[in-house]
Order: sequence, then structure tokens, then C-alpha cells
Amino acid sequence: MDFLNGLIALANYVLIPATSYGAQLALGALGVTLVYGILRFSNFAHGDTMAFGTMITILFTWLFQSWGISLGPLPTALLALPLGIIGTALFVLGTDRVVYRFYRRAKAAPVILVIVSMGVMFVMNGLTRFIIGTGEQNFADGSRFLITAGKFKMATGMEEGLAVRTTQVITVVTAVIVVALLFWFLNKTRTGKSMRAFSDNEDLALLSGINPERVVMVTWIIVAGLATIAGVLYGLDKSFKPFTYFQLLLPIFASAVVGGLGNPLGAIGGGFIVAYSEVAVTYAWKKVLGYWLPSALVPDGLAQLMGTDYKYAVSFVILIIVLLFKPTGLFKGKSV
Amino acid sequence: MSAPVKNSLLFLVLAMMFLASALMQSWGAALDMLVVGLASAIMALGVNMQWGYAGLFNVGVMGFSALGSLAMVLIATTARPQAWTAGGWMIPIALAIGAAVVLLAIGLWRWMPKGKVRALALIVLLIVGFIVYRAVFDPGVTAVEAINASAAGNIGGLGVAWFFQLLGASKDTALQLAVWVAWPVGGLIAAGAAWIVAKTALGLRSDYLAIATLGIAEIIVTVLKNEDWLDRGVKNVYGLPRPYPVPQQVDLQQHAGFISWAKSWGLDPTNAANRIVQLEYVVIFAVILIVILTLVELALKSPWGRMMRAIRDNEISAEAMGKDVKARHLQVFVIGSAVIGIAGAMVTSYTGLFSPTTYQPLRWTFLIWVMVIVGGSGNNWGSVLGGLLIYFLWIEVEPVGKWLLALITDPMPNTWALKGHLRESAEQMRLMTMGIVLLLVLRFSPRGLIPEK
Amino acid sequence: MPFLIGEAMTGGYGAADILHDCTIAVDKGQIAVIVGPNGAGKSTAMKAVFGMLNLRKGRVVLDGTDITGLSPQDRVAQGMAFVPQTSNIFTSMTVEENLEMGAFLRRDDIRATIEQIYTLFPILKEKRRQAAGELSGGQRQQVAVGRALMTQPKLLMLDEPTAGVSPIVMDELFDRIIEVARTGISILMVEQNARQALEIADKGYVLVQGANRYTDTGEALLADPEVRRTFLGG
Repeated sequence: MDFLNGLIALANYVLIPATSYGAQLALGALGVTLVYGILRFSNFAHGDTMAFGTMITILFTWLFQSWGISLGPLPTALLALPLGIIGTALFVLGTDRVVYRFYRRAKAAPVILVIVSMGVMFVMNGLTRFIIGTGEQNFADGSRFLITAGKFKMATGMEEGLAVRTTQVITVVTAVIVVALLFWFLNKTRTGKSMRAFSDNEDLALLSGINPERVVMVTWIIVAGLATIAGVLYGLDKSFKPFTYFQLLLPIFASAVVGGLGNPLGAIGGGFIVAYSEVAVTYAWKKVLGYWLPSALVPDGLAQLMGTDYKYAVSFVILIIVLLFKPTGLFKGKSV
Repeated sequence: MSAPVKNSLLFLVLAMMFLASALMQSWGAALDMLVVGLASAIMALGVNMQWGYAGLFNVGVMGFSALGSLAMVLIATTARPQAWTAGGWMIPIALAIGAAVVLLAIGLWRWMPKGKVRALALIVLLIVGFIVYRAVFDPGVTAVEAINASAAGNIGGLGVAWFFQLLGASKDTALQLAVWVAWPVGGLIAAGAAWIVAKTALGLRSDYLAIATLGIAEIIVTVLKNEDWLDRGVKNVYGLPRPYPVPQQVDLQQHAGFISWAKSWGLDPTNAANRIVQLEYVVIFAVILIVILTLVELALKSPWGRMMRAIRDNEISAEAMGKDVKARHLQVFVIGSAVIGIAGAMVTSYTGLFSPTTYQPLRWTFLIWVMVIVGGSGNNWGSVLGGLLIYFLWIEVEPVGKWLLALITDPMPNTWALKGHLRESAEQMRLMTMGIVLLLVLRFSPRGLIPEK
Repeated sequence: MPFLIGEAMTGGYGAADILHDCTIAVDKGQIAVIVGPNGAGKSTAMKAVFGMLNLRKGRVVLDGTDITGLSPQDRVAQGMAFVPQTSNIFTSMTVEENLEMGAFLRRDDIRATIEQIYTLFPILKEKRRQAAGELSGGQRQQVAVGRALMTQPKLLMLDEPTAGVSPIVMDELFDRIIEVARTGISILMVEQNARQALEIADKGYVLVQGANRYTDTGEALLADPEVRRTFLGG
């Protein structure tokens, strides 16, 4: 029984939160990895693209709420999400037209594009803060829990409760759908295949008559979609604050690099590796160990390896280890 | 127009801008911009050494300047012996244990044959090492942080001021003298961190190095925010001393001789004291800037500088010619970070406040990058110009934005929520402006205002 | 008038010309081979024909139309296909996807063409679901040629197709190339292995320093003692 209780505590505090966080990171990392694969630079503006998309979604959510439209138990934000994606896609395409295209045509070095993306990051960051402010926004509505800890205890008679938030389930379900759609698109459609071909061997893709501008356009639209979805899911699950999204850049980059930059499958794997490590290292294990170990062996302290504030250090350490020992990532990315 | 004439004109225009701000806004605001602008110029010089000379993409500027300002807390504050006797002595021991474990782990990895035994030994070493480290570290930290938590709660200064007192200086003067030690020490701490970063990350491709340095900076600031025993964390350290002989405004304002002197010139003593303190900072920072600028210019023109640029322009051929590219990169990365660290310490002693939460990457990393690129990568004078100019813009965009938004929103009826919102958001205009300036320069003048020769 | 002719081509990548008044031509359904010492401008001549460098003088005529001004992509649409010497396949994609990408511009049904290529290179059918990067050197070259053939070109250009493959594989590749030519496709090819290449060539061009030195049928060049002595190693 203690073992089961420990398992429930583990699921409640580590597995479930880390899974939904991992799904959010995976979606974010997919965006980074697609930009890297097709446009061949590390996009420092990705965190702020997520923030921008989430902001538009929040604005539409508020509008819908003021009209009294809701999705019942589901958050209204899901209804606003498509509009957020469209808005972000338009903005990102505009950025490409005004900013990135020039450097692409000039065949600028990747590092120049990274610096350019820093400029875009500033603009998007400023725009987001300008429109919605720097404060924290909670925009989740609908029912908060799918299973509450109390109900779970009553139903099972266990000592430990298991709470599953609606947003966690939505995150995982949405992520699965989005990833499935993305892989279907990349592997089965003509345009998707042409994107992979372009990422694989640009010169040969051009020789084959693949139109680079079209590939780039489709990529930006997908990236805007992924970034907005990732941002909205993160915001629903936690809360929205522009600066937090900027900081997400680090775990997202870590996920993409761990999985191998340019490799979509790797981005997903990387997202979960980073998320599980982060949560596992910053979780206070005392409770779980209390169930699992004989009482003599249970540590006095919290059995927390690192304070939660150090979660970014975890992704960073993973990043460094992978870069040092397997620079192309665990899932074989490319190094351009 | 020849290049020297053009460049002098640029600096002249910049001077006029500062003058205009002094006359139209206030001397206090203009001098404030000048002081921090000079320090920013030094930071830009550091980044320019790394990027302009060597092509190293360091996006961790924030971390190195934060480490520099940590030196102000460790060097230019009074010692707190009771913290050490209470248990503070355990902390350095714990840190030494931690370092030993890491070194041992690296040694194990290098010298043991590859295989399961090595992996197992490594894991056991790390786990046992971590437990021992925490067993020594945690009680030490608890003891230190328990001492007068509201005002102290950290280990305090490392006794440099005490040393000056031994030499006969008064307590306050000793602290002020210690500031002169704190600045170079800030550079050393930053250099030490840079050395570790460089050892692990310099071999990586440019954008990986960028991501790695971005992460390091984030972690350094997290450490500074959370390790209260070291620097009081988010509780901040107030009232850091000014470098000798710059007085505290309050002292000056109460000084009878000064008051009569100010009155004889028809000046308000309070304002005059503030301006004089700022002016002294301007002089000190300008001198340091000139010294560093001279040194880096000499370095750039020396065979070492030529070699650095040769490596930057063609790493492969430089390597083929027998240049030790990695060692040179390490060198310039460490030196550049040290310069950033010194400037970070300088800013902290000017504000008198150590506050890790003020370290935001947009302000402390990316803004410095805007300075370097707008000024002209690879040109030290460009970095100086960029540092001063961009800091000026960074500050001035806010009032100008407010004024602009007030103008736009003026015709709107007061009942509109938009009106209030727009007026409140003026502050955010600076990020957008910086981004647009950066993008415009990159696009239309990619070599910057003062291009590399 | 030959099917394709690059006539009196002069030009290079930068300021200095690499090609000097160089002429390359190939007739319908025939194999033309460009040989010559290292640095003779063989690949450059091929790239000039394909529009990958700017010509200062001369012109390129395909099937009676002047295509000198067209970009490489437009030349693909005109019926030319090019197999680069290196990175000539999409390594992360399957063999079949490589072929599909070759036919990217085509909007009609490409299955028949894929089947033709599988008949020509049976091993590719076997490995159709495998990533092209996992194949052996010779198989990769087959994928590369197959990809180029997917546009149903009238002219196939190969830049050193046998570089880095074993002699047995080389012979087999040459056999396949002859088969392709028999279907009516003209072939222009640059080759390091001059002797073997000239054996299958209808026409041979020996280039030296960017200019034509000897031009004749493959057979005649092989028989020419001067060519043998200087370029074929006796």
C-alpha cells in the first residue's frame, strides 16, 4: 500500500506535471528545430514569438468572454487559439518579408541571422509588453480539475491524492494531435516532403525545382502555429508573463539541441528529457521516499537536489553535457 | 569626408545630444546617462574584443557584469566575523569539496578505461560527493543566514576594508579604498567564470556558444538571487561605498565649507553636491575608459591583434599556419569578460545598490550587443560611440515615447481605456526602438557607424 | 546542329576566366564525355552548360533554342537534368522520396517513371523504403541518377558519377548509363576515369586549361597515340 501511495505521489508531483511541461517544451523545440532546419539559424526570437501568439490568443479570449461565448468545461482560449495562430503567422510572415528575406538572398552567415533574430526578439518583446503589459495574466477558465485530489482519495481510499488538471490533459492531448498532424504533413504531403528535402540538401532541392520561398513561407506558418500552441498551453497550465516566455528560450533550445537540431523527432524526445530532469531534480523527494523506504532510511531534509529556482540550470547542464559528448544530439541532428 | 573627420563629427553630435538633454531636461539626468554610458562603453569594448576581434558570440554579458558587481559586495563591504565563526567557515570547505569532486570526476573520466566500471564509479563519486557537499554546505548556510537576517544574513566583506583600516584609514575611507580593489577583482571573478565557460563551450559552433553563454548568464544571476549567504540575494545590498575620494552626497551637503562655496556661486547646495559627485564619476569612468581603450587599441595593432583577426577571418588557414586557435580564443574570451566584469562592478558602485533582480538579459546582454553592432563591430572607437549613443537612446526613448503617446492620445476621449493603456505603456517603447535601430543598422549599415578599418 | 551545344564559352566564377573559347556538344541519344587533367575546367565547362556560372562570351543552345540567359532551375524545366558530383541525394529521405523529389516540378502521375527507374536500377526497388544516406556509394549514385531522370529529361549531365566507387560498380554504372542513352536521352558526362569513359563515349572532349585540346569520337581518341601518351598514361 505504501508503495502504491508513493507511486501516486510520484505521479501527482512529478510525472503528470513533467509530462505536460515536456509536451509544451517539445512543441516549442519543434519550432526552433524547424527554423534551424529550413532557415539554418538559431531563432532567438522564438520565446517571444510564443509570447506574441499567446498574447493575441488572450486578447481574443477576453473578447469571447465579454461576448459570453465559452466552451463549457474547456478553456475559452482553445476557441481563440486559431485566431492567435493566424495573427502570429501574419506577423511572422511580415517579419520574414521585411527582415529575414534580405539576409537569405544575400546568403548571410548563420551567426548574422542569429543577431538579426535578436533584433526581432527586441521588437516582438517590446510589442507584447506594449500591448498587454509586463504583468502576469491568467486566462484559463472552464473547469479546473478533471480529477481532484479529494475525489481521488474518496474513490480509491488511498492516503495520497491524485489531481489531474484540465489544462494538463488538454496540453497532452493537443500536443499529441499537433505532433501527429505535423509528422503526417512532413512525411506524407508533397509540400512537407519538399521541406524535408530543402532542409536536407538545399542545392539539390533547388535543382529539383523546389521553390525556396514557398518552403520558407510554409515553415514560418507552421512555426507560428507551433509557437502559439506551445505558448497558449504553457500559459493555461501556468500563467502568462512576457518575461517568463523569454526565459523559456533556454529549456527550449536545450530540448532542441539535446534531440539534435533540425530533427523534429529529436525535439520531442529532447523536450521530455529536459522536462523530466528539471522536475525530478527540483522536486523534494521526501514524501515519495517516506512511502518507499524503511523509516530509518528516510532522509531528514526535503531530499531536494536543487531549489526550484535552479530549474534552468538543469536544462543548461543537460545542454552542455550533450554538446560536449554528442554535439549532433541524441537523435542525430545536423551541424551546419 | 575622410574617416577621422566623420568620426569626430559623430562624437561631436553625440556631445551635442548630451548637452541638449542637460539643457532641456536636467544636468542630473544628462550626467547620469553619461556615467552609465561610459561604463556601458567599457562593456561594449569587452564584447567587441570577443566578437569584433575574434568572432566569439557571447550572449552572456549579463552574467559577467553581474559577477563583476558581486565583487563590490565581497570586497567593498565591512567584514562580518560573527558570520564566519557561526559556521561560515564551513561554506568554503564545502565549495572546495564540491570543486574537488568535479575535478576528481573529470580525472576519472580521463584516466579510467571506457566502460561500465567507469560509468558506475563516476555515478557513485558524484552521488557521494554531492551528499558530503550538502552535509557540510547546508549547516554553514543556515548558520550564516540566521545572523540578523533583516540587515545582514550573509558572509559580508572579505576583509579588504579591514586591511586598509590597519594601514590607518578611517572606517569609511577604508571602504572607499576597497572599491578600487573591488573593480579589478570584479574583472577577475568574471574572468574566472569565463575561463570555465571557455574550457567547456568554446569549441562549439557559434550559435551553440551563444546558447551556452545565454544559459550561463541566466544561471549566474539565479545563483546571485538565491544564495543569500553570499550576497543577500533578492534582499539586495544597499549603500555600497563610492570610490575614494568621491564623497557621499549627504556628507557634502552638510559640509559647511561646501554650503558656503555653493551659495557664493548661487547654487543650491543639494543639487550642487549631486552634480559634483556625478562629475567625479564622469572623470573616473572616463579615465578608466581611456586606459582600457588605449590598451585594447594597442593590443589590436600588435601582432597579437593581427593574429586574432587573421584567425577570425579564416580559422582553418590560421590553424594550418600553426596558430593555436583554441588557446587564442580562450585568451580573448577571458580578457573580454574581465573587461565586462570591471564595468559591471563600476556601475554597481555608482548606483550604490547590488540587486540581482535588476539583471535582465535584454538590458544587460542584448543592449550591449546593440551598442557594439551599431557602433561598428571590430572597431573600439565604434564601441565607445555605440555605448554612449545607445545608452542615451535607451534612456531618452522613454520620455520621448511618453510625449509622443501623449500627443497621439490627446484627442482621444478620457473614457477610452486605450488612452490610459497607451500612456502607461510608453516605457515599453524602448525595447521596440532598440530592436528597430539594431535591424536598421544591420540592414543598411552592417559595418556600423564607425566601421572596422 | 547538335541537340545541345555550348559554343565558344568563355567565363569563370570571379574576375579570371577559367574557360577559354570552349565548345561542348552532344547529339540526340549519344554520350559525350569530357576528360582532361586536374584543373582543366571539366566541371566548370559542365556547370557553364547548366547555367551555374556566368558566361562572358559564347552561348548555350538546347534543341534549337538559345538558353544562355536561363537559370539552372529554368533549364531543368527545359529538359536538362544535372547530377552533381557530391551531395547529390537527400540522405535523410528514403530512396522513393528522393525519386519523388526529383519529379517535384511534374504535376502528372509519376508512378510509371518511378517504375522505369526501378527497372533500370533494380536494387533501388529493393531499398525503396530505406534512407538514401544508408546506401553504399554505388547505390547512392544510382539514386542520384534516378532522381535526375525523374523529370524525364532530354539531356542528362553527370559530374564524375564514378568518383569514389569500386571498379566493378563503375562498370555497372557505365552499363546503366549506356542503357539510359539508348532510351533517347543525350548524356554529357565529366569523368576522371578517362579510359573507361571514352570506351562508352560517342564523342570525347579533352580539355586542357579551359580550352579544347582534342575533340573526336571516343574510339578515335583512345586510338590516338598522342592522347594516350599525354592523358591516358600510355
